[in-house]
Amino acid sequence: MTNNASAQAAPAAPAGDVVVAVRDVHYAAGGRPIFAGLDLAVRRGRITAIMGPSGTGKTTLLRLITAQIRPERGTVQVFGRDLAALGRAQTYELRRRTGMLFQNGALLTDLDVFENVAFPVREHTDLPEPLIRLLVLTKLQAVGLRGAAQLMPGELSGGMARRVALARAIVMDPEILLYDEPFVGLDPISLGVILRLIKHMNEALGITSVVVSHDVQELATIADDSYLISAGRVAAAGTPAQLRASNSAAVRQFMTGSADGPVPFHYPAPDYATQLLGTEPA
Amino acid sequence: MINPRPGSYLLGGIRRLGAVTVFFVRLLLRCVPSLSRPRLLIMQVYNAGARSLIIIMLAGLFVGMVLGLQGYDLLQRFGSEEALGTAAALGLLRELAPVITALLFAGRAGTALASEIGLMRATDQLTAMEIMAVDPLGYVAAPRFLGGVIAMPLLTAIFSMIGLFGAQLVGVQLMRVDRGVFWSQTQGSVDLHDVSEGMVKSVVFGIACSLIAVYEGYHAEPTAAGVGLATTRTVVASSVIVLLFDYVLTAAFL
Repeated sequence: MTNNASAQAAPAAPAGDVVVAVRDVHYAAGGRPIFAGLDLAVRRGRITAIMGPSGTGKTTLLRLITAQIRPERGTVQVFGRDLAALGRAQTYELRRRTGMLFQNGALLTDLDVFENVAFPVREHTDLPEPLIRLLVLTKLQAVGLRGAAQLMPGELSGGMARRVALARAIVMDPEILLYDEPFVGLDPISLGVILRLIKHMNEALGITSVVVSHDVQELATIADDSYLISAGRVAAAGTPAQLRASNSAAVRQFMTGSADGPVPFHYPAPDYATQLLGTEPA
Repeated sequence: MINPRPGSYLLGGIRRLGAVTVFFVRLLLRCVPSLSRPRLLIMQVYNAGARSLIIIMLAGLFVGMVLGLQGYDLLQRFGSEEALGTAAALGLLRELAPVITALLFAGRAGTALASEIGLMRATDQLTAMEIMAVDPLGYVAAPRFLGGVIAMPLLTAIFSMIGLFGAQLVGVQLMRVDRGVFWSQTQGSVDLHDVSEGMVKSVVFGIACSLIAVYEGYHAEPTAAGVGLATTRTVVASSVIVLLFDYVLTAAFL
């Protein structure tokens, strides 16, 4: 469960069942390697958690899956199609089947809540106004914000903005929903709401969900599969319970949140006493 | 710190020019489809044009008044103060209105455009559109660019008109140049060529200023400092380009 080889084998599923397949992906940004042989699979109808310490490229992974960036080596397949082989029109076609929830919501600031949710519908369909209204109100009802339809994004709290963004992400009935750090900066109540919504979207609408986060405790309650990414590859994979029972010290440190362990508390520095006594240059 | 490779500035400049050109072509390709969204376009003409009206009108009035005062002082030395109308009208139509309008436009509308688009970039709004399979170049950049291009000649025309009124205010009302002479001189000496010189300039400046603002905003670093930098660069680049193009166009028209 701790090495890369076992990670590839962990969530065994029929081939047709895999919606997102990331194979041997290498990617570097600004000369710093982010992924070095990343392998993972997201299965249809399940909630897959992607966990890892800050800076391990979890958001970069979502950008790879949505074809915003391309891997230097390896392949990313979504719905069985290699993203590198797709043209612009096909990429857009694929993105229509994908929804994404951004960390800060990324609502369009010049449109109110209703128009924000209606935005993808207006752009991609010619539905008559009453139907759009119906569609938008149902989605807003699903996230509990039908009453906030006329508010502007600036008037929303962080949790509300994220729920509106969620309504917008599901308005076109996507098959996959990607969540980028959905729990960051939320109060306990909003966090509970978002957690419940992710589960609900998955169960009621059958949406395959990929949740990128480092909030291990929250994720563990809803995730079906989980991957722990570290140093550019999958350090561990399995159900949350399996990860917690892992015999690797590094995995356990992350899952339990200990300050010190294989990931040291101290950034590398010269000897403390020597530096304090001034014999070593600061 | 002194750059050890002075050539890198030149290369960087050329690379940037290339990037702007590629962006310009991509933007132009999106402009035709964006004409089919008149609501977005009208909104942007309003943003770039109507919202710049007050500063343009005020500047036009004062520039015209100064022109009236200076022109009168200069012309009366040669005893030809009745030529004031001609001097003011030609100066405004051909030179002052397009250039000053463009400089004010860069400061008022250009910075607003750059910071708005830059903030949309910084808050992931542009990325969100990409993910929703909506091209941000077509939805955000093209209407704003076109709005600026349409607004600039309109603003320039208003500047000319108010400026001429200001020159008349000082020359005729204050300095007692004969009203009939002032207007008949103006009418007699201004022909279509002069008006079109000003209009061509204003369209070119409109394209340049809007392109720079949209480009800088679209490529801003997604941070507070990055958006600030994009705004500053918009004003600096627009001003230099406007003055440079002004010389080139004037030389071409003479």
